[in-house]
Amino acid sequence: MGYTLNFNLIWRHFEKLWGGLLLSLELAVISIAIGIVIGLLLAVWYVSAGRLVRTAIAAYVEFIRNVPLILLVYLVFYGLPTVVDIAYSAQTSFIATLSLYSGAYLVEVFRSGLEAVPRGQLDAGKAIGLTPWQRLLHVRLPTMLRITLPALSNTFLSLFKDTSVASVISVPELTYGAQWINFNTFRIVEVYLVVTAMYLLTGYALLYALRLVERRFRAAH
Amino acid sequence: MLGQIAYALPFLAQGFAVTLWVSLLVVVLSLIAGVMMGVGLVYGPAPLRWAVRIFSDTIRGIPILVLIFFVYYGLPAVGIHLESFWAAVLALTLFKTAQVIEYLRGAVGSIPKGQSEAAMAIGLTFRQRLAYVIFPQAFRRFLPPWINGVTDAVKGSALVSLLGITDLMHAINQVIGRTYEAMPLYILGAVIYFVVNYALSLASRRLERRFSFIRE
Repeated sequence: MGYTLNFNLIWRHFEKLWGGLLLSLELAVISIAIGIVIGLLLAVWYVSAGRLVRTAIAAYVEFIRNVPLILLVYLVFYGLPTVVDIAYSAQTSFIATLSLYSGAYLVEVFRSGLEAVPRGQLDAGKAIGLTPWQRLLHVRLPTMLRITLPALSNTFLSLFKDTSVASVISVPELTYGAQWINFNTFRIVEVYLVVTAMYLLTGYALLYALRLVERRFRAAH
Repeated sequence: MLGQIAYALPFLAQGFAVTLWVSLLVVVLSLIAGVMMGVGLVYGPAPLRWAVRIFSDTIRGIPILVLIFFVYYGLPAVGIHLESFWAAVLALTLFKTAQVIEYLRGAVGSIPKGQSEAAMAIGLTFRQRLAYVIFPQAFRRFLPPWINGVTDAVKGSALVSLLGITDLMHAINQVIGRTYEAMPLYILGAVIYFVVNYALSLASRRLERRFSFIRE
């Protein structure tokens, strides 16, 4: 024991943590945006497709969900460039990985959301003469989004935490900033206390804001 | 290429054994700690409930990776020296314990209040109520999500590679460092993790169906 807390060095390098936090949020926001597109397209395709397509989509979902994220991050950043001739930065590589990762979780979320849309709503859409495309766009998707909003917020919050894995390929997000200060100043306990507080405050503030949004959409209908 | 990978297989198998060993330790330790703390959360006096709630919400609010680094680098700084293996097991156990607490709370909370009241009415003590009335029923709701959650321990264990522990993930990276066969080895690794975790999630789904009769 006999450890004296001294936060001075943490504050001196605080821009590493602050910039890291902003980058973590940015990575999570971009990844979930792309993940939502992947998830929506595949979920809509899944519910109307034949067996082969369903199997292929299920294979993608199960593969991503059952492999550690860190392995996927390595695979895309170190593995893929050895077989295909493309070059990308660590950050782009991580966004691609996290998008594919969140896409797999969101296919499941949207798929069960689509199935939870009451049959009567679709029949009503048919009765007033909407085309299948209009029924999807104006009836099924809006209802499904309202149903899946809580699951979407939860996915976003866990993605925010998952951005910490980007540190293993040196993307300077919050966890990377923490390690930098850890190795350069040795104020180890202090830096992880501050970083823990930053993850918690941001996470719970986001949770609170997202719950407000959810309540608004529920109250409106 | 295949020859090199075949040559590396025993080394990878050792890494895989470490992955399984870490996961097993974490799963068992977190089950014990989580059930005890979960009971504290549901039935304990207010200060205990608060303590468990804060513990669980804090652990679940931060990335596992931060937890691992905090334990691994932080404990020696305050004079507690753990081997890196045990630091990793401790960090992952803390993370899993928070999950187990929530599974237990959910499972026990789903048992109708009347069950507890009836048990009280026939004069069972608190321990008897838990052992003969609440737990046998809650067990069926606890088991499927818990087994599914074991996959989180297996996946989380890949992060211990960052502490230099030669688990499957680290073994793969080391073989790649020598052979430069990145893609085949990462795919091999992914397949191994997939097989283990997919089997667990299938078992979880099957149990859920098996126990679906209690959803009356």
